[in-house]
Amino acid sequence: MMLVEKHFSRKYLREETLPTLFCPGCFNGILINALSKAFEELGIEDLRKFVFVSGIGCSSWIPSPYIKADSLHTLHGRAIPVAIGVKLAKPELEVVVIAGDGDLASIGLGHLIHAARRNIDIVTILVNNYVYGMTRGQVSPTTPIGIKTPTTPYGTFEYPLDICKVIEATNANYVARWTIAHFKQLKDSIKDVLSKITRGFRFIEVVAPCMTYVSRRLGKTPVDTIKDLLRESIMINKFNVKKDKITVGIFKLEDKPGYIELYREYIRRAKLE
Amino acid sequence: MRRALLTGNEAIAEGALVAGCNFYVGYPITPSSEIMHYMAKELPKRGGIFFQAEDEIATINIAIGASWGGARVMTATSGPGFSLMQEGIGYAVMTETPLVVVNVMRAGPATGQATKPAQGDLMQARWGRHGDQVTPVLAPESPQECIELVIKAFAISEELRVPVIVLIDEFIAHMREVVKIPDKVKIPSRKRPKDHSQTPFGSPDPKIAPPMPPLGEGYYVLVTGSTHNERGYRDTRSFETHFKLVKRLWNKIWLNIDKLFNYEAWGIEDLEVSFVSFGSISRSVKKACRILRDKGIKAGYIRLKTLWPLKLEPLIKLSERSKIIIVPELNLGQLILDVERAIKSNVKVISYGKVGGGEPIYPSELVKLVIEVVKK
Repeated sequence: MMLVEKHFSRKYLREETLPTLFCPGCFNGILINALSKAFEELGIEDLRKFVFVSGIGCSSWIPSPYIKADSLHTLHGRAIPVAIGVKLAKPELEVVVIAGDGDLASIGLGHLIHAARRNIDIVTILVNNYVYGMTRGQVSPTTPIGIKTPTTPYGTFEYPLDICKVIEATNANYVARWTIAHFKQLKDSIKDVLSKITRGFRFIEVVAPCMTYVSRRLGKTPVDTIKDLLRESIMINKFNVKKDKITVGIFKLEDKPGYIELYREYIRRAKLE
Repeated sequence: MRRALLTGNEAIAEGALVAGCNFYVGYPITPSSEIMHYMAKELPKRGGIFFQAEDEIATINIAIGASWGGARVMTATSGPGFSLMQEGIGYAVMTETPLVVVNVMRAGPATGQATKPAQGDLMQARWGRHGDQVTPVLAPESPQECIELVIKAFAISEELRVPVIVLIDEFIAHMREVVKIPDKVKIPSRKRPKDHSQTPFGSPDPKIAPPMPPLGEGYYVLVTGSTHNERGYRDTRSFETHFKLVKRLWNKIWLNIDKLFNYEAWGIEDLEVSFVSFGSISRSVKKACRILRDKGIKAGYIRLKTLWPLKLEPLIKLSERSKIIIVPELNLGQLILDVERAIKSNVKVISYGKVGGGEPIYPSELVKLVIEVVKK
């Protein structure tokens, strides 16, 4: 009999829910792997002090049901408000939002900006797959120009949103963008927001094009897609910013007090009056 | 026990504080804002959380998150904000999240008349969410009752793991009366699972809400607004799982109707003309009944304190005893639908609805109406 050691990530997952229901080649698996590696390297034994909050969409299934932790699978677009509620009521827990571009950059964009403005102490991972994958690949606010989708059958023409630039302009403590091809950097960013910068609003955008509704329609395999992502991205610290490139890197890294600390100070003042 | 001179809005806030509310989230809207002002002043001093959200959609969802985080939560709003909260209230029903939502009714639809009272949200309070659901709705008639019914709303929400709606209108919100505030009330504390075998979304007894696991203690709870089984796992395809879930959520409220339903009746043992009403307009009804009795016309009333779930029996009995039932309300006819539904005899039912401009229904109008109808 051959003894096969369990993959290290299994202790962070609800094993009875595996295999996942994601499409063949879906990059959500790479993000789960990056999260697991980050937890492992930080020496986190289990996720009982974590609460994951997600919305409606493919990436929202990453925590619900696959990650073994408390999780709230909320209404479409409302992951951030629910996360705020949990964090304010139980500040000792690490609250992590995982949701897609439809959730966070479209229907829930207002919540995202206000949470970042307030520097609320939560981690937000936006999985940008360029489309509404769960509802069959309609155009989203982040779809690159020219792509054909069921609601832009002649190719998109709307300007897409650079969500990292938006969040950078608020009071968020941490803003980074990586593609799914930048595995190590992505994992290190996840470690950053859980160990290096542990307060305030921390935001990571992960570019992970939908295999089924973006890449495959363009005739690309997952491997082609990863190679293209590496080719098409450019580090933020280089001066030669080019159009049609995906700027990746850490956009912002600060350690200002987050909302929870500011509110505690506010309570202290209220009690004195 | 303390005595204080409070408006309805202030009484709502006081009631919530007495009930142990330690988390308030809201968005400014007339005529409910004073509730928010009161909580903004009181909660930080007591170490509680006050949060002004960016809109009502955020508000209701923050309330849901906070409730799962273990807080005792209330929010208050008015018509337009209440409309925005509907999806979130439905999520709270589906996920069995205790919270209290106060709606201070103003004249609608749309922006309508922001500072003027109305009772037009009765049906929305009951049926505003999509899908099959039942949400308790309570309707106080005075600042004193605002305190009592907000306390009751918290008790129901905690015991049955359900959002509870408190409906008042601008009249009650801004009328000032002397109230008695209890020092302490007993609200059942949230039931937690005894061990990991107790399921958070399933209960062997349909009348009893399942225990609510706390976050951060290794229960690995799965909360979802999608159809789920007893353990919280999504099952969005099977008939059995969906039917079992929505039926249980439905029965959880309807089977507890004796506990939830409450009304006030006066003069109904011996009468010819009766009134059915709720909220502020009941005050005019009471006055009108006394005037009519003085004039020798046997008048009485039923005032609903619980608008949902509704027991029809008292209305059926009333319809058997009355010759005429008048349903005065600050809308174009919503409560009357229940009265018509309850009627088993050929009693005459008259709708008396008006709304707008801050016009109340005066006792004298009701008296005049009754005399005219009786003469015919």
